[in-house]
Amino acid sequence: MNTVTNSAVDDFKDSAGPSGDAIEIDELMVRFGSRDILRSITARVAFGRITGLLGPSGAGKTTLMRVIVGVQRFTAGRVRVLGRPAGAPELRHAVGYVTQAPSVYADLTVTENLRYFARLVGVDQTRIDDILTLVDLRTQAHQLAGTLSGGELSRASLAIALLGKPKLLVLDEPTVGLDPLLRRSLWRTFHDLAADGVTLLVSTHVMDEADRCDDLMLLRDGQVLAAGTGVELRERAHAATIEDAFLTLAGATP
Amino acid sequence: MTNRPIRRRQTSTTGTRTAAKAEAGHNRSLAGVGGRFRTAWRSERPHAAAAMATAIRVVNQLRRDHRTLALILLMPPGILALFRYVYDAHPAIFARIGAPLLGIFPLVIMFVVTSIAMLRERRTGTLERLMTLPIAKIDILAGYALAFGAVAVVQTVVAVAIGVGLLDVHTHGHTTALAALAILAALFGMAFGLFVSAFARTEFQAVQFMPALLFPQLILGGLFAPRDEFPRVLEIVSDILPLSYVYDAVVRALAGDSSGLFWRDVGIIAGATVVALLLGAATLRRRTR
Repeated sequence: MNTVTNSAVDDFKDSAGPSGDAIEIDELMVRFGSRDILRSITARVAFGRITGLLGPSGAGKTTLMRVIVGVQRFTAGRVRVLGRPAGAPELRHAVGYVTQAPSVYADLTVTENLRYFARLVGVDQTRIDDILTLVDLRTQAHQLAGTLSGGELSRASLAIALLGKPKLLVLDEPTVGLDPLLRRSLWRTFHDLAADGVTLLVSTHVMDEADRCDDLMLLRDGQVLAAGTGVELRERAHAATIEDAFLTLAGATP
Repeated sequence: MTNRPIRRRQTSTTGTRTAAKAEAGHNRSLAGVGGRFRTAWRSERPHAAAAMATAIRVVNQLRRDHRTLALILLMPPGILALFRYVYDAHPAIFARIGAPLLGIFPLVIMFVVTSIAMLRERRTGTLERLMTLPIAKIDILAGYALAFGAVAVVQTVVAVAIGVGLLDVHTHGHTTALAALAILAALFGMAFGLFVSAFARTEFQAVQFMPALLFPQLILGGLFAPRDEFPRVLEIVSDILPLSYVYDAVVRALAGDSSGLFWRDVGIIAGATVVALLLGAATLRRRTR
């Protein structure tokens, strides 16, 4: 199995559309039966930046992320990820996805989990050691995943997604239920990754995390309320905080 | 089965790539592009290493679950012992059903264990994670097949050894053939379990698939009454159920019959296993809902 080398990753960047965005979404619709989960979403996610996907629960954040990583069927629209149609097989080497509920094997140790996924994405033991250090799970390396605390478990889930050196990381509420200290250390990791050129899309319903993102996308009722940097959004809504901006913008578009 | 759409997708991506490169004015060699696509193609193609990694992972999970392992290994001889002593006064009956029971137990247990294992994989989100990674769907099933196939071999050897050695199961000198048939049947049970797990939304449903889908096959398989004495409708139904052929094959093997009919039975069981695995692969969807 091939390791994703940096040159292969650069290939993805070269092949992006003229706009040069990591994710391009045009008029995306997702409908379950008669219920519209996403209604005509058009959005861009820039390369090498942290984009925060904000919105109340039920806004469609998870569905949008699942479309981007290629596990969610959609009704209409066009979604391109790193220049390819979402879900294209070659993207499986380049996109890391961390679900809201940690998806690790509870009856395996942290290392056994990592070893299995490392074999699938084609990386070796040194990479496993590096990742364990990165997510601060060295002391828990030989502990059963089922016995980890909530925070440790979500870091284990993140570790698996980081194994293959993904060019795009899609993280669904990665800091939910974590203590403030851990939250800060995870965000530091995210910024380090972005500094290395990784594009991150992070969903959260905690508004104070918005300030840690480079770009923001406000989602409500399956629609993009607004998108831009935090400063832009606050100015547009004449609000002091992102939370106020969200409320103002939500009120303006009933 | 999956080759055609992939090739089409590749061609279209090549087109976009070439266009994008032209647009960006890049001047990279086409050989690099080809290499990239071979990598992409490999991620959909069955890959022995991925299946092996999955098999090792499944065995590691089972290894930790001592109680399940004990049940898998000791339940078949335990239940066989019950039959042996319940029919203590009727040795002729046990002589008739003992060996076929040995051939069928591993199938039943593998069916239950694998259907729950796959359901768990679906419900904990690990299957969805696998679907975003470069692993072919058939490799996931092949990994399960390898792991549970190995378990089935151990289980069968233990059951046959105890059955023949301690419980006086009569194999008329065809012990090896009986064990081989039991393993083949266990593989079918495993493949069938992997397939039907797709139709269970909860563990409650999955455990009931055993009585719902296997008991009728057991009853109609010939173990309790000869199939040719059934009412016509039931006989026709029994003709299309795989377990009937397991029973027939065991009876023929014990009689020393290695004619075309015996091999036809074996072929039907093997064919049903392959069909169940392919149907199982079809139920694994990269994109859902």
